Amino acid sequence: MRTIPATRRDVLTGATALGAATLLRLETAQATPASLEAAIRDVVGEAPLKEGRVKLAIPPLVENGNTVPLDVEVDSLMTAADHVRTIHVFNEKNPQPNVISVKLGPRAGRARFTTRFRLADTQTVVAVAELSDGTFHTARANVIVTIAACVEELG
Amino acid sequence: MARPIINVPAKARRGQVIEIKTLVSHVMETGYRHTETGERVPRDIITEFVCVYNDEEIFRATLSPAVAANPFITFHTLATESGKLTFRWTGDNGFSETGTATIEVE
Amino acid sequence: MRSIDIVLRCVSTSGFVLMLVLLDSLSATTDTRRSTYDDMSRDIRAMQDDDMANPASLWVNDGAALWSQPAGAAQMSCADCHGDAATSMKGVAARYPVFDAARGKPVGLEARINHCRKTRQQAPAFAPESRDLLALTAFVGRQSRGLPITTGDDPRLAPFVEAGRMIFERRQGQLNLSCAICHDHNAGKRLASALIPQAHPTGYPIYRLEWQSLGSLARRLRNCMAGMRAAPYATGSDEIVALELFLMARARGMATETPAVRP
Ligand code: HEC
Ligand code: HEC
Repeated sequence: MRTIPATRRDVLTGATALGAATLLRLETAQATPASLEAAIRDVVGEAPLKEGRVKLAIPPLVENGNTVPLDVEVDSLMTAADHVRTIHVFNEKNPQPNVISVKLGPRAGRARFTTRFRLADTQTVVAVAELSDGTFHTARANVIVTIAACVEELG
Repeated sequence: MARPIINVPAKARRGQVIEIKTLVSHVMETGYRHTETGERVPRDIITEFVCVYNDEEIFRATLSPAVAANPFITFHTLATESGKLTFRWTGDNGFSETGTATIEVE
Repeated sequence: MRSIDIVLRCVSTSGFVLMLVLLDSLSATTDTRRSTYDDMSRDIRAMQDDDMANPASLWVNDGAALWSQPAGAAQMSCADCHGDAATSMKGVAARYPVFDAARGKPVGLEARINHCRKTRQQAPAFAPESRDLLALTAFVGRQSRGLPITTGDDPRLAPFVEAGRMIFERRQGQLNLSCAICHDHNAGKRLASALIPQAHPTGYPIYRLEWQSLGSLARRLRNCMAGMRAAPYATGSDEIVALELFLMARARGMATETPAVRP
């Protein structure tokens, strides 16, 4: 009832062809580590970036770069005197370094938001939070993006 | 058609931190893709999302093409008083979508 | 290859017997079938499990609105005839494609919905893969979530299940691959870092992250055919419906996940 199993080569040939279809769709434009740093400096100016209070959660390995969950939380009391004003998320290799920027205030109660974003390639993602005392805090995460198979080309 | 989906707890205690979830239909076309014939597909994204709770803005997000299609955003707020939350998404090509939710605070 | 195909055809003069053998062998021994869901990352499973986070909910909600919206020359809504979908459509998607006696061949759920659209509502059919058709199909399919797939009960379907199996096992395209080479013999291995699933269509229409949209089973199959460098069968063609029928019958007893999320 069954067909003869394929050799490994059969499947590998398939893999190459399917992979090639994906490559056609890759972007040429890319943010660079330099444009990433520039985008961050745009927000923080000359202020130092401190580590430790920002938690950036992204799955370390994603099956499809089109929809990657992103969860940022900043350790803050969120009171009128001490709260998070803004959170910015940047990436290294998408065509643009900016992902999303959110504005919060003491009314948020909790300095946390989640969304889903795109990652064109394996790369570093950076979150920067601006606190009400004017200090900036940051966290980084590395994400490995695997390539999807059997994709459509854009019509 | 394609109304946004908004999740706000119907009831909360005063001072309680509540989670709000939102999902909206949008292609989020990056402006960086090309068709097979080499033409660039023009950018068409949501650029701004705002949540207003009884006339006070409590959350705002500025989106870039890196945000995934059909944007999903969750955030928190303090339940301060009963009333209405208004959500507004705006973007390229005059895109504008709104949604509302009510909350009872005791 | 050829000779095996011919042997298959000889044995299958009575396709029904063959089908029963297949179904029996599936239930008798331990079931080794796995939904793609079982092997997806935790994040994608979470996206599917939470209606609020599942982007397909946008289509399901649209479908619910269309369900009770009068349309066509008849100015009737689906609800006018079918009432509450939670009752009338429960388990329906889980047994499609079904045998359509009038046409003497199987009909898929999308075509069945379009049939009501044309003959009952007297409205123009929805285009394949259109947002409205996907929305209604997802809404109807959602009423079967958690229920076991029962496709293939009708003995009149047997020759069509067999035709689907033939297509599944036949080598085609420039790469000379068959569906079975990947999905029967290499399932669980990786292809360009994507896991090869067993290809059980438990969750259609699906929100595929690669598409960034909802899409039908036909679209998914056409993607695999393009990957095989074979000319994809047209949506709604006899070949696509036979493949859909074979895959659904092969997944008999597995739980419906509609609307599922896939990478
Ligand atoms: C004027 C009444 C009427 C309207 C309006 C109508 N249908 Fe139907 N539908 C029927 C009848 C009667 C049957 C079963 C008999 C048959 O096969 O034709 C049926 C069968 C079906 C079935 C197959 C059910 C099964 O058990 O296999 C589906 C699915 C369906 N309809 C969906 C819809 C949808 C979706 C709409 C709205 C777009 C709709 N129908 C509008 C009368 C209607
Ligand atoms: C070269 C290997 C290969 C061949 C040949 C192939 N597929 Fe696939 N198929 C895949 C991979 C890999 C996936 C998963 C896609 C992903 O994750 O990117 C898949 C996914 C699927 C799915 C989706 C399962 C789900 O959970 O929704 C179905 C159904 C399917 N294939 C059917 C077929 C059919 C029918 C054929 C023959 C016409 C076929 N495939 C040929 C590799 C293949």
